[in-house]
Amino acid sequence: MSILEIFSHKNWLLLKAMVSSDFKLRYKQSMLGYLWSVLKPLMLFGVMYVVFIHFLRFGDSVPHFSVGLLLGIVMWNFFSETTSGGLNAVVGHGDLLRKIKFSKYIVVVSAATSALINLGISFVVVMLFALANGVHFTWSALLIIPIFIELFFLALGVAFFLGAAYVYFRDLSPIWEVVMQAGFYATPIIYPVSLVVTNAGEFIARLQLLLNPAAQIVQDARHVLIAPENVTVWENWPPYIAVIPVILSFLIFLGGLKFYTAKSKSFAELV
Amino acid sequence: MMNKEMQLPEDVALRVTDVSKSFKLPTERAGSLKNALVNWARGIRGYRIQQVLEGITFDVHKGDFFGIVGKNGSGKSTLLKIISGIYAADTGTVQTVGKLVPFIELGVGFNPELTGRENVYLNGAMLGFSNDEIDAMYDDIVEFAELGDFMEQKLKNYSSGMQVRLAFSVAIKSQGDILVLDEVLAVGDEAFQKKCQDYFFEAKRKKKTIILVTHSMADVRRYCNRAMFIQDGRIAQIGDPDLIADAYSNSFLGTTATVGSGTKGYGHDATLDGIEIQVDGAEQQYLDQYEDFDIVVDLDCKRDLRSDQIHIDVVDGRGWMAFSLPNQGEKPFIITKGKHRLTFHVQNVLAFGDYHIDVAFDDGNDRYLIAQRAYSFHLVGHAVAASPLTVPHSTCVMDH
Repeated sequence: MSILEIFSHKNWLLLKAMVSSDFKLRYKQSMLGYLWSVLKPLMLFGVMYVVFIHFLRFGDSVPHFSVGLLLGIVMWNFFSETTSGGLNAVVGHGDLLRKIKFSKYIVVVSAATSALINLGISFVVVMLFALANGVHFTWSALLIIPIFIELFFLALGVAFFLGAAYVYFRDLSPIWEVVMQAGFYATPIIYPVSLVVTNAGEFIARLQLLLNPAAQIVQDARHVLIAPENVTVWENWPPYIAVIPVILSFLIFLGGLKFYTAKSKSFAELV
Repeated sequence: MMNKEMQLPEDVALRVTDVSKSFKLPTERAGSLKNALVNWARGIRGYRIQQVLEGITFDVHKGDFFGIVGKNGSGKSTLLKIISGIYAADTGTVQTVGKLVPFIELGVGFNPELTGRENVYLNGAMLGFSNDEIDAMYDDIVEFAELGDFMEQKLKNYSSGMQVRLAFSVAIKSQGDILVLDEVLAVGDEAFQKKCQDYFFEAKRKKKTIILVTHSMADVRRYCNRAMFIQDGRIAQIGDPDLIADAYSNSFLGTTATVGSGTKGYGHDATLDGIEIQVDGAEQQYLDQYEDFDIVVDLDCKRDLRSDQIHIDVVDGRGWMAFSLPNQGEKPFIITKGKHRLTFHVQNVLAFGDYHIDVAFDDGNDRYLIAQRAYSFHLVGHAVAASPLTVPHSTCVMDH
């Protein structure tokens, strides 16, 4: 069994069917329906904006910090949605896994794909907001594509690991919630990196960018898309060290995939 | 486990080679971190290995209606899941030709929040069908399930019977090459069971490949042309469904079957060369109601016999004799020494059900069995009467 099987025609159809029914289900009972996938990030951002920009006055050191805040939240939401979706993917589809043979990767990849679609919708909202805020786009904005790819693989790798591990340890669900909460604050999303520099010292800030791939990803995205003033790992470390978080992301992906592949043979017996 | 390394012979649909499977049963399963820690602290780390299947090897040919029987826990369902690719075998291989559609644990896995239609398409995709293929079979599925008015309703508003009906329809109406069915007939109301039966008869006529796990020996005798008896994870016997059904039933009694009561063992004055039921000169095991038929009997007599000494007994599924030929009212004739063909033309007043024919010899005092379960046949239709109320009109013709 190899991850490449996911690209077969049959699995492509299945992935499409699962993602579309997932989408149908999400807002089925609500009156506004699909509109929520745009409204929700907008409203969440409204709350964050009022709290962090007006009351706490973070981000004065970085231009367009409010846009950066929104972008960070949207990217974190994608990570959070993919990983928690991945966590539940195998156990939640136990009924199917016990009855039909199909590619086991599909359940996790479809969770990630649903999250990716949401990211796409939210990203459009972010871009509109950026334009309204007077952000000047340059050609470097295209670098957002490889950054999103890195984010996708990092999230998918963690999702594979969680999905397989959750079959064996059901305690993982609350544990992961706590880890996500910690991760949210360990990543410069609602605060600028400059805040870490003033409060914890420059070295800690540089270490954060180096060892937390999410921090590297969010800062890189802000750097290329919104304002070059956003500090990145590349300016703080020599290239051969700065590449560590990127390598880490792909190692996490490969590790998660390998773990999932090894465990997936007995999913049907255990869920 | 579906490897296609070795080329299968033309007529083989499924080949299972030396499949073994064991489950690790933890002495105390650690379902959570706390349990794991507690177990670890107590020094419990072991697990028991339960061998569920061992050295299973068999072929299912194209067009076979293949029965698998065995007691609870003998490994039937595990084998079915391995065949379907849901479980991975520890050792051995399973090779299949074409698309295999399983119907296991009463369903194909539905989502209660989706409508009937959406579920059919999602399930079709899971079974590996494209949207176009599902479009083509959709009407058939809905018609068979008799759920035309409900397809736009969410599945959670269905009764459990309706859900099973829809699931079963998806499984059998999807154009798979091999159909794998687990205990389908154990549930459902009478109408549903009747539907399954009709479908099975039709599938047999069309030579569809079906693998059926069941506890009903009547189903094994009725539908299967080959069967397999699994005992403690091994193949105890494989072959003729009647023999398998007997072996299975006997495994509960612990004794071998006794020949019919009142008989004195097998007689030697005549032997049976062949027996079959014909309609318009062609063999037919599945009779429509009121479809008159011929029972064609080839006898080899060691001496001259009187025709009323030969008994052709038609016995129903419960073991009760429906009628016996030749009619006692009919004037006996002499069957001379040698080979003869007797053709009984029978007016069909039989009720829906399964029948078999025993052939016996009666010398006036004692009854000797010539052949037990020499032939079995089935009546299609509804259960309107339990048994014939009259002795069917019949005439007997001897070839010379």
